[in-house]
Amino acid sequence: MTARTATTLGALELPNPVMTASGCGGSGRELAPFFDLSRLGAFVTTSVMPQPRAGRPTPRVAESPSGLLTAMGLPGPGIESFLEADLPWLIEQDVRIIVSIAGNSVEEYADLARRLRGVSGIAAIEVNVACPNVEDRGRMFGRHPGAAGAVVRAVRGQARPGVPVFVKLAPDVTDIVTIALACVDAGAEGLTLINTMEGMAIDASTLRPALTGVSGGLSGPAIRPVAVRCVYQVHAALPSTPIIGAGGVATGLDALEFVLAGASAVAVGTAMFHDPSAAPRILRELEEALAARRIGRLADAVGLAHKPAGYVPPQVRPEPPAPEQAQAGEVKERL
Amino acid sequence: MSDTPVQTSATVLTVRQVQDYHALTLVAPAVAERFRPGQFVALAVGGEHTGRLLRRCFGVYEVKSDYGGTVELVFADTEPGTAWLAGRRSRDQLDLVGPLGRPFRLPRDPVSCLLVGGGPGGASLFALADTLLRRGCQVHFVLGGTSGRQVFGSRIAQRIGDSFTVATEDGSMGEAGTVREVMPRVIQETGADVVYGCGPTALLRTVTQVAGDFGLPSQVSVEEFLQQTGACGIGVCMTCMLPIHGEDGVTRMVRACADGPVLRGDRVRWGDLGTIPFDALGAPHVLNLSERAPR
Ligand SMILES: Cc1cc2nc3c(=O)[nH]c(=O)nc-3n(C[C@H](O)[C@H](O)[C@H](O)COP(=O)(O)OP(=O)(O)OC[C@H]3O[C@@H](n4cnc5c(N)ncnc54)[C@H](O)[C@@H]3O)c2cc1C
Ligand SMILES: Cc1cc2nc3c(=O)[nH]c(=O)nc-3n(C[C@H](O)[C@H](O)[C@H](O)COP(=O)(O)O)c2cc1C
Ligand code: FES
Repeated sequence: MTARTATTLGALELPNPVMTASGCGGSGRELAPFFDLSRLGAFVTTSVMPQPRAGRPTPRVAESPSGLLTAMGLPGPGIESFLEADLPWLIEQDVRIIVSIAGNSVEEYADLARRLRGVSGIAAIEVNVACPNVEDRGRMFGRHPGAAGAVVRAVRGQARPGVPVFVKLAPDVTDIVTIALACVDAGAEGLTLINTMEGMAIDASTLRPALTGVSGGLSGPAIRPVAVRCVYQVHAALPSTPIIGAGGVATGLDALEFVLAGASAVAVGTAMFHDPSAAPRILRELEEALAARRIGRLADAVGLAHKPAGYVPPQVRPEPPAPEQAQAGEVKERL
Repeated sequence: MSDTPVQTSATVLTVRQVQDYHALTLVAPAVAERFRPGQFVALAVGGEHTGRLLRRCFGVYEVKSDYGGTVELVFADTEPGTAWLAGRRSRDQLDLVGPLGRPFRLPRDPVSCLLVGGGPGGASLFALADTLLRRGCQVHFVLGGTSGRQVFGSRIAQRIGDSFTVATEDGSMGEAGTVREVMPRVIQETGADVVYGCGPTALLRTVTQVAGDFGLPSQVSVEEFLQQTGACGIGVCMTCMLPIHGEDGVTRMVRACADGPVLRGDRVRWGDLGTIPFDALGAPHVLNLSERAPR
């Protein structure tokens, strides 16, 4: 990978900005036949919870225009099995690992962060706050600045110093900037924007909700404009907070759109269900898109859409075409 | 590694109407070469700029060595994605991932095998039959459907099978009756040692029960369940979960795509498909009132 796509998320340096989105890359093993995981900027794990969870009954998914509605119920093997079986395998793959955690109480989040404290090989923690708080009548942590802040403070307090904590927010809140500010105030080093947004579909043949969970999370290109808006608003308010953009990234140009809005990395979720090799393809396309715009470093493009119309970012000279075999006696022109 | 799936751009060779179904033949040498009976493929639908994001999963009817390697699928057009596939023309390109999932386990000895199928999902049995016959096994077919138009592959079954029985509910082909009604007799007549099943989920449950009544092992492919629930086919989305009773007595939710589609029939908790049994590993514990979420 070239220097063009290298990126940083605060103190975390990544060879490139394309990650898997939490819950969309399985244990990692399932993607390995399609590409080498070490080519990812990072692998973000499915949200790990304290206990094994079976999740919701099927059907868990419904197709919607350019999107998916899913009601998963955060299925997963639980932290014990994750640390024993999944994490060691990921570490062997030589890929930077971001562990997503989810709990149903502030104490559960804190516990998870404590369990991860002694584990080396974790690049960052991503806190999924789109979970019901059982201590608050099931209200979602991420919908209330106070609750989100409490989770972040607890996680930051327990997490290994030096391991950055990212908070992942859902877009269906009154004001995402308020919640983002609360998380950063509570010690979050960065933000992941966005999680799925709540939606619903009704099956016209059964005359009942299409999902057993009734409503579900909408993902895929259908939510991309919402995600780009969230990244743009939060970057405007918190220009020095690194953002991982997610929501319908399916091509390199989609990734570029997030970068221009203010993201320093992007996570690919639903697109991987449709195209298992989406992540390396998106990276290749992003690199081409940057080169075509004569942008030499990804960092020069981060938040560029916020700049006034006349602003021109640092430009690099167009790349020489692939060197042909020089003929004897011929002088190759160089830039 | 030859047992890993590949993603490839496959060229459509032919699309034919077969009774109520469509048969799609694709040129996909890398998939054909790796394929083992019982495995499936996952197709993207709608073309390059599609808004339909779910992969469609289909069992494989036959692989051939023509054109470097072809893969033939049989499917019913039941929704816009499969309708789009049915409308493909020769030379169109399709994004194909495969072969996926665990194949049918094969008996080591040349035993007598009963293959029970119904609907387009039963197509996977023919690739299996081919392999079993080459290993010297006897192959007996039982095919079922509501009417003759839904019985796929009766002519081939008749040609290659050591015996062949059809049961239709309306009696329009073979015997009037259900698979459950004819299976016990066929098992006794053929001296079947093992039973394989592929087709509608209700049929697989029957196959498992009847095989169990005779003390026979059953292997079934839950392809239809996967088609109805799955999103990716490769094991990353966790939408295709079904409850399996493990050897240790614990029920676990497993993926139809990556842990199946071929499963031991007696391990599947057929009555609990589409639920999380209360005793499954990780099942939600009974919430007390103060814990109950508002939604
Ligand atoms: C329905 C049934 C009937 C049986 N009847 C008999 C019998 O009559 N006599 C007897 O001695 N044994 C019988 N067996 C046992 C059977 O022979 C073994 O399961 C089989 O030989 C494979 O054994 P395995 O230990 O490799 O385990 P398996 O779990 O079957 O296979 C292990 C590995 O081999 C792979 N594999 C499976 N099938 C194939 C294939 N076709 N080609 C290449 N790789 C494959 C699997 O994917 C897996 O990775 C029967 C099994 C079944 C399921
Ligand atoms: C099937 C599925 C499972 C998901 N699981 C998680 C999860 O465990 N934790 C999490 O933070 N987000 C989860 N998400 C949200 C995604 O990580 C992502 O934020 C969202 O889907 C938007 O991105 P996309 O459009 O690229 O999918 C999940 C999404 C889907 C579709
Ligand atoms: S279809 Fe995605 S995990 Fe089975």
